[in-house]
Amino acid sequence: FMQRGLDSQTKKQLEEEEKKIISEEHWYLDVPDLKEKESCIIEERSFLRCEDLVYGRMSFKGFNPEIEKLMIQMNSKCKEDKIEEDDKMEADVSDEEMARRYETLVGTIGKKFLRKRDQRVLKDDDEDEDDEVEEGNSNTRPSKRAKKMFLKPHD
Amino acid sequence: MAAEGGTAAEALVGQVVLPGDLLLLPAHYDEDAEGERLRLSAGTAPQGRLLCGPGLRRSGAGLLVTKCGLLRHRPGGGGAYWVDSQQKRYVPVKGDHVIGIVTAKAGDVFRLDVGGSEPASLSYLAFEGATKRNRPNVQVGDLIYGQFVVANKDMEPEMVCIDSSGRSSGMGIIGQDGFLFKVSLGLIRKLLAPKCEIIQELSQLYPFELVLGMNGRIWVKAKTVQQTLIIVNILEACEYMTAEQRKQALAKLSGN
Repeated sequence: FMQRGLDSQTKKQLEEEEKKIISEEHWYLDVPDLKEKESCIIEERSFLRCEDLVYGRMSFKGFNPEIEKLMIQMNSKCKEDKIEEDDKMEADVSDEEMARRYETLVGTIGKKFLRKRDQRVLKDDDEDEDDEVEEGNSNTRPSKRAKKMFLKPHD
Repeated sequence: MAAEGGTAAEALVGQVVLPGDLLLLPAHYDEDAEGERLRLSAGTAPQGRLLCGPGLRRSGAGLLVTKCGLLRHRPGGGGAYWVDSQQKRYVPVKGDHVIGIVTAKAGDVFRLDVGGSEPASLSYLAFEGATKRNRPNVQVGDLIYGQFVVANKDMEPEMVCIDSSGRSSGMGIIGQDGFLFKVSLGLIRKLLAPKCEIIQELSQLYPFELVLGMNGRIWVKAKTVQQTLIIVNILEACEYMTAEQRKQALAKLSGN
């Protein structure tokens, strides 16, 4: 059927003939098209959407505390739609504590971005304090700085 | 076909309707009169669509009643009409929370009896925190509280024990002990109403736990067997007792 080089005219003729044959055989409705009615009525078989029913699981006088919590949650979900969106969330950390943390935080994060030399200085300072507390030796400072040279151990 | 003119829906709210009654809705639901009448009654036209609840069917411009009962109406959210009818046999409906009894384990799927015409299926992955390695410990004869995901007349109903966000929110296996019994569906809806007096009065008596399934099944658990049975008897009987009789019965109990 798919013949190459078929003239457009002959094609059209063929199509028309096909249509004629088909349209005589096809059944069609005599009835005029029904208007698509956009109905305003929804059919519903469930009572849940019609009536305002509460949740089916209940517990009283503390028999089952989880279900009592659930009852409050489910029943409030139905009734109050706008729950906590207006209220501000209570902050877990108070403002003062945040400020304190920030002070210390700046120092520690700042260390991260120091160049190597400065980091060593800081490190020596920290360790220096510890050593002074423990041994009381102030000679450890030069030994750490001149790490490359060999030092004779002191007697 | 009786081609009677129907009566206005609003006039019959709270009254008994029978199958075959045609209810006419107010003009602003009419599609033909869209152009003119909406503009005239612009102030009173409700927004949103009307909900046609159980017991009612859409037919032409009005609603056709298919069950006998009282007609109820809820004005909020576009309005809703439904028929408050009484029945004992449960028909699975999508979204309902029900109590099911495990009757068989077939490979990866549990078969639950929910009181409908077919047993419902529940996959073992439909529990919170369940994976292929971590299977839930469900035995034949266990009670499960879950909701329907698929429930129509052409397919077998399917249940799950998690909600759409993946949390269990109270669904799953119901614990040990306790007592399961069956009541009519109308009583369940009465008990699940927002401020149910029966439940409030009972909650004053003893600490207990209660699970209500929309398929008419109630599970009760209290500290002693006697307390459990008392609660069961009250719930079964309160369908036919008036408020006075119920208060008397409870007064006697709390006196004892």
